[in-house]
Amino acid sequence: MSVTIAYGARDPHQVLGLDDVEHSGPASKRIVTGFGFWIFLLSDMVMFSCFFAAFAVLSGNTAGGPRGSEIFDLRNVAIETGCLLISSFTCGMASIAADVRNRFWFQVAMAVTCVLGLAFLFIEFREFAGLVARDAGPSRSAFLSAFFTLVGCHGLHVSAGILWLLTMMAQVFAKGFRADILRRILCFALFWHALDIIWVAVFSVVYLLGSAA
Amino acid sequence: MSDRVDDLHDADVAPGDQEEIRIAPRLLGYVVGLGLALLLTATSFFVAGTDLVWQPSIPVALVVLAIAQMGVHLVFFLHITTGPDNTNNVMALAFGILIVILVIGGSLWIMANLNHNMMPMDQIMQMQR
Repeated sequence: MSVTIAYGARDPHQVLGLDDVEHSGPASKRIVTGFGFWIFLLSDMVMFSCFFAAFAVLSGNTAGGPRGSEIFDLRNVAIETGCLLISSFTCGMASIAADVRNRFWFQVAMAVTCVLGLAFLFIEFREFAGLVARDAGPSRSAFLSAFFTLVGCHGLHVSAGILWLLTMMAQVFAKGFRADILRRILCFALFWHALDIIWVAVFSVVYLLGSAA
Repeated sequence: MSDRVDDLHDADVAPGDQEEIRIAPRLLGYVVGLGLALLLTATSFFVAGTDLVWQPSIPVALVVLAIAQMGVHLVFFLHITTGPDNTNNVMALAFGILIVILVIGGSLWIMANLNHNMMPMDQIMQMQR
């Protein structure tokens, strides 16, 4: 009881919502799951930071091969960026639809997200295939090894995200908005938005800085 | 709906969840986020290809724009806020950022230092003869 009085005195108008501290037990499963996945995402970003560090160190070591400014097509990169940005937006729409339990708009928003993600992957794959075809594959120079590792790792994440996305669409279709499925949707949305953050770093550091230098 | 309402009365909020549950303000948040992100992206691409600004400032501008855009994504898409219910999420993020800065900054610093101290390659070749 003394706890309640202490909080009441500190926050008499209860603007901070501290009044229910007294009877809040362990956090709900949604918070625990979301927070755990957030920790995973941060560790994933630490892994990407290692690839970024490797790329930044090796970006000048072209071993007589092509430099970044000779192989990057910024128009493609701009289209890829647009795809991912808009897919992040539609992923947010899917989160809202899931929260209000609207199956139709959830499936529509997820389908649009999926199409945009696939468009991104298609453009990236075409770029990689083109580079390998003109003898600028990952074995050509340290710069290209680092480039393919970093951008390819992001592409693999997007591929995994699309598989996850399709799984969520199927699960909502078959089982509806159960609490456990809503937690998975929360984690998927976090994953997809985090991938977008990493892509921001990729297009800025790899493509734009690479073509400017 | 009960699951969601219970969460809102907790002292914490899951990363990615919002306090707001009405649709219109949430929609507006995503629209604002998308607008800001597109604006910052367009600025990045414009700055990278322009002759209008002092050339050595371009890399710095690109890095600043990228960090700003990551902030926009964190706030408007991942809903990481400075509210008291978000403390755990922000602390984890801060630790992650610390490690990222150490890894990238440390690697660049050490490798630049080694590069600087290394003898030019032709002199090494002569020593080997």
